[in-house]
Amino acid sequence: MRGFWAVYRKELTALFASPIFYVVAFTFLIIAGYFFYSAVAFFNLVSFQASQNPMAAAQLNLTDMVLRPLFMDLSIVLLLISPLITMRVYAEERKSGTIELLFTYPVNDLAALLAKFGAVLTIFFVIMAGTLPCMLVLQYVSDPNWKIICSGYLGLLLLGSAFLSLGVFTSTLTQNQIVAAVLSFGALLMFWVIGWLKNLVEQSTADFVEYISLTNHFDTFAKGVLDSRDFLYYLAFTVFFLFLALRRIESFRWRG
Amino acid sequence: MIEAEGLTKFYGSAPAIRGVSFEVKKGEVVGFLGPNGAGKSTTIRILTCYMPPTLGRAVVDGLDCFENSLEVRRKIGYLPENVPLYTDMTVRGFLGFAAGAKEVEAKARTKDVERVVSVCGLGNVAHRIIGHLSKGYRQRVGLAQALLGNPSVLILDEPTIGLDPTQIIDIRKLIQELREERTSLLSSHILPEVAQICQRVLIINKGRIVATDTPANLTRRLQKSAQVSVQVSGMAAELIPVLQELKGVEQVSVDEDDHSRLLVETDRAQDLRPEIARVVVREGMGLLELRLVDLSLEDIFIELVTNEPVQEEVQE
Repeated sequence: MRGFWAVYRKELTALFASPIFYVVAFTFLIIAGYFFYSAVAFFNLVSFQASQNPMAAAQLNLTDMVLRPLFMDLSIVLLLISPLITMRVYAEERKSGTIELLFTYPVNDLAALLAKFGAVLTIFFVIMAGTLPCMLVLQYVSDPNWKIICSGYLGLLLLGSAFLSLGVFTSTLTQNQIVAAVLSFGALLMFWVIGWLKNLVEQSTADFVEYISLTNHFDTFAKGVLDSRDFLYYLAFTVFFLFLALRRIESFRWRG
Repeated sequence: MIEAEGLTKFYGSAPAIRGVSFEVKKGEVVGFLGPNGAGKSTTIRILTCYMPPTLGRAVVDGLDCFENSLEVRRKIGYLPENVPLYTDMTVRGFLGFAAGAKEVEAKARTKDVERVVSVCGLGNVAHRIIGHLSKGYRQRVGLAQALLGNPSVLILDEPTIGLDPTQIIDIRKLIQELREERTSLLSSHILPEVAQICQRVLIINKGRIVATDTPANLTRRLQKSAQVSVQVSGMAAELIPVLQELKGVEQVSVDEDDHSRLLVETDRAQDLRPEIARVVVREGMGLLELRLVDLSLEDIFIELVTNEPVQEEVQE
C-alpha cells in the first residue's frame, strides 16, 4: 500500500510538471467554454423569438437545449484529449529505462498500475472541475436542474475512466508515446462509432454493437437517467482494459 | 547470500546467458567482469527480480527471486546500468519517492533520505532537478537511491561507466566505504577497478562463467612459470650460459629492445631471485634491477576471454 501511494504521488508530480497537462487542460477548457457559450447563446435567441408564442415557449427547456448538447460535445472533446494524458504512463518509463527502477522496487505490478491509473484519473477530475464555473454561470442567469448536472458529470467521469483505461493499455504496448496516443485514439473512435452499424446488420449483431458502443451508454447520463446497466458497462470496460494492461506488463517483464 | 543455479535466459531464440552458477557469501564484495554483451546485465537483472530466468534459479538470502519477488526486492539496493532516473524530479523529491516505494516508514523517510544525501555527497544539489545535473552527480543519485532502506545486498551494474577519472575515484571510494556489513556484487569491464575493490572476481564471457577466484589466485593459476626480469650493466647476453646452468631455470632470453635486460623463466615452485643475484655479482657485472613479472588482471582477462571460443569449439 505504501508503494501504491509513492507511485501515485510520483505520477501526479510528473503529470503536473509536464507541459502536456497544461496544454491539454488549456485547450480543453477553451473548447468547453466555446461550446457552453454557443449553446447558451442559441438558447437565448430561440427563447427570445418564442416569447411571442406561449405554445412554443412551453416546449423549451434548459436541459434539452443547453445541458444535454453540452455534455455530448464535451464527451467528444474528451475522446480527443484523453489519449494525450495517458500516452506517457508506461511508454515513457520504458523508453527512459526508469521502468527498471520501478520493477525492482518492492511494489507489485498491480499496485503500480492502479497508482498510475489513479493519477491520470485524478488529473482528469481536475480538468473536469475546470468546467464547473460554466454551471455556476447557468445558476446565476437561470434555474438549471442540478440533479441532471450531477448525473451528466458522473457520466463524464465514468466515460473518462473507460477512455483512460484503454489509453493506459495502449501505453504498455509501445515505447513511443505518439504511437500509444494514436492507437488509443483509433480504438476509442472505433468504440464510439461502432453503434452506427446497427441499421446495417442483423438484429442480434445490432444489439451487440449497440451495447458495446461507448456513446449509447453516455446519452442516458446526459439525459439525467441513472441506469445500473450503464454503470456496469463502464466499470467492466475499465476493468477489462486494466486487466489487459497488467497482462501486457507481465509479458514485457518476462521478455526483458 | 546470493546463489545462482544454472541461470539461462533466452531473448527470443538467442541465449544471453547459459547455465550461469555462482555463489556470493555474506559480507563479500564480488566483481562481475566481462566484455560488453557477455551477459552481465542479464544476470544482474535476474538477480534483482527485473525479469525471471528461462531456466535455473536465483536465490537471495534464502528467498527465491521468482517466487518471493517482493521479499527479495526489499533486501536489494540496485543501481541499473546507465542509471535511469526520473529526470524531471528534484533529487530530494525522487529520493522521497524511492524511499516510499521501498516501504521505508513515513516517519523515518526524511531521515533516511538525508542520510543517503550526506553519504553520497549530494547536499548542495539536493534541491535541483535531476535532469540538470552532471553525469557524476546523477551516478551519485543512482547510488543514493540504491542505499535507501539500508539494503543488505547491494547490486551495482557498471557504477563507474562514463565518468571522468576524478569522478571514478570518488565513486570507487564511496563504494569502498559502503561495503561494510553488506554483500555487494558489482559489474564492470574495467579491470583495475575490480582488482582494487573486490575480494573475488567472476569472469563471464559469451553467457558463461569462465573463471571465479580472488584476483591473486587467478594470476597464480594462469601463470604457468614465473618470469624474472634482470637488468645489468654491460652485455647481458654473456650471462645466458651461466644462468641456464642454475637449477630451476627453464629459459633465458635477452630483451629485444634493451640489450642490458634479461628475461629468466623459472619454475614456479621456488623463488630464484637470490640465486640469480649471486650469479650476476660473481660474474662481475652490476645488478641494476631484479623483479618478478606478474601477469596483470588485464592479461588474465584477455587470456580467458580469448581462449574461450577455442574451448567452446572443442566442446561442441
